[in-house]
Amino acid sequence: MARLSEDNVRLAREIIARYPKARSATIPLLHLAQQQDGWVTNEAMAHIGDLVGATSAEVLGTATFYEMFKFEPVGKYVVNICGTMSCALMGAEDLMHHAEEKLGVRLGGTTSDGLITLERAECQAACTEAPCLQVNYRYRFRVTNADFDRLVDDLRAGRLDAEIPPHGTVARVRQSIPVDRAVGAVPPEAVTEPPVWLDGKAAL
Amino acid sequence: MTGSYPHAPGFWAGDRPRIVTSRFEHADSHTLERYLATDGYSGLRKALGRPASEIHDEVKNATVLGRGGAGFPAGTKWGLTPQGVWPRYLVVNGDESEPGTYKDRLLMERDPHQLIEGCLIACYAAGLSQCFLYIRGEMALAQERVATALNEAYAAGYVGRNVLGSRFSVDIVLHWGAGAYVVGEETALIESLEGNRGMPRLKPPYFPAAIGLYGQPTIVNNVETLANLPWLARHGAEAYTSIGTKTSPGTRMVAVSGHVKRPGVFEIVNGTTTFRDLIFGDEFCGGIRDGNELKAFVPGGGSAPWFTPDQLDLPFEASQIGPAGSMLGSGAVMVMDHTTDIPKAALTLTRFYAHESCGKCTPCREGGTWLERILSRIVDGKGTHADLDQLTEVGESICPGAFPHASSSRLGLAATPFPYRMNTICFVGPSAYAPVHSALTLFREEFEARIVERKLIPVAGVAS
Repeated sequence: MARLSEDNVRLAREIIARYPKARSATIPLLHLAQQQDGWVTNEAMAHIGDLVGATSAEVLGTATFYEMFKFEPVGKYVVNICGTMSCALMGAEDLMHHAEEKLGVRLGGTTSDGLITLERAECQAACTEAPCLQVNYRYRFRVTNADFDRLVDDLRAGRLDAEIPPHGTVARVRQSIPVDRAVGAVPPEAVTEPPVWLDGKAAL
Repeated sequence: MTGSYPHAPGFWAGDRPRIVTSRFEHADSHTLERYLATDGYSGLRKALGRPASEIHDEVKNATVLGRGGAGFPAGTKWGLTPQGVWPRYLVVNGDESEPGTYKDRLLMERDPHQLIEGCLIACYAAGLSQCFLYIRGEMALAQERVATALNEAYAAGYVGRNVLGSRFSVDIVLHWGAGAYVVGEETALIESLEGNRGMPRLKPPYFPAAIGLYGQPTIVNNVETLANLPWLARHGAEAYTSIGTKTSPGTRMVAVSGHVKRPGVFEIVNGTTTFRDLIFGDEFCGGIRDGNELKAFVPGGGSAPWFTPDQLDLPFEASQIGPAGSMLGSGAVMVMDHTTDIPKAALTLTRFYAHESCGKCTPCREGGTWLERILSRIVDGKGTHADLDQLTEVGESICPGAFPHASSSRLGLAATPFPYRMNTICFVGPSAYAPVHSALTLFREEFEARIVERKLIPVAGVAS
């Protein structure tokens, strides 16, 4: 529970090197911290500040702007039910009430076993499949109350472990740029000339 | 059944020209193998065989309109960079989150190589030396698919140093957000990419093409816009403009959701397809659910003023939608049938924008919240007549002057054309007011019916 692990620092440095300015890696590193601990700790934010050249207050300032970052422990699964127009027109409110009943918590709360945090979310870009929800950012479409019950039962029984990683992990695939193929990022002030291919001739 | 292909939920192919969804029928459309077997990266090869300026001209001549919301031609946008200032960057806007919009996610999940090829062609044509592909934080699958595709493309020599053995070199860096609608605004996107709170920058400059990422000229293009480029590079501007109309050429992705029989995402012919085709056409949504009647629809994402059945015959053509009082926005139609509780429906959108206000501009930060609270009060049956006036008053503090709305034959009302004036830096504030204004203008009786008459009760014994 703390600073980034050695492996994650290695990963962090690889990510930082892709940007002309280190500060640009702030959000990706916050995700990395959340992947490590399930939420973003003060220690991790201070560590990220050291890595990108910002104060921990600056990192906190950025982090608190974005909804995905949690600053206290949340459930292993965060269930986001969409409540914006298309989902609302198709019954999202009833689904939210049902979810609150089923889990015994209000929107924003976490079940007493620490397994599920229930949240109301805004538009998830799946409007034709309303009402929809995400479990750790994995979609469920056209969700009925019965679907929701089955989902909760499956989560509790561990039947979705292969599909849904614990909260904090969003994408399970990372970009990795091979050293021999990378152009490499340079600070903007180091570039003063137009790119070589803009000389009026074909590049190939 | 959720669309014609189980691997592309919501998408319906139909018998129409397809530019950006041509591979969706293949379950493995996201792989390099399938991409290469279906003309993949041949547009890039063709482009690199010509001088960059010719490719830029090709995109200009094709009038590829931006598909993110504002509809600004991409080729023109690329030309707004100041002379002699280097380096220049490409930032891809994959932060799709406008209510009702579902297309960029599908394009990233189903055909990530097409997007990558589009980025490469844009960087080559406009002389951009690094590309940042910003994907919305909540889109786990899209991030995984694009990351996998980038890894494949780097390994195969399509991205990075000396692309396809040419003199063209560019890195594409996958970047992801963390949940904030306002980051879809291009200057907020840049702030976020610099590691800051995603708040829009004060304008001017109006375009980051002048001053953008790290203060350098930066082109911000939407995912769908870039996804058009491989086809364009393969077939040329003439073929592109032979589809659609002169002012709105090509195709565009449109999601139709809400109370229709068959909600879906469609690639439609730009400029000619009408809302009636989309909502009632057999090849599209097939009419309103349960034989109900159409009451109203949002034509271009949650920010757009609403239309009623009077506007059904308007086509997807910006030059006709603006004068009619709304905008095409991001290709998102939300349909309400006659059972819809209009004040409540408006609240679901106003609450969204109030919630997503970044807090930088007072009229939006305070006004959006006020609109939400007043509207909630009315929906809960606790509103007064003064609340109705106050909604308008707050709205006018965000957008002074006449606010656009549709015409209504039922009310004998003429349209007020788009756009509006605004007291805020970006469109989040006005967007909080748009649904309120449309609902109040077109369906005022539904608000009146919710109002509680409160009489002043004289209290005895306190008179002086």
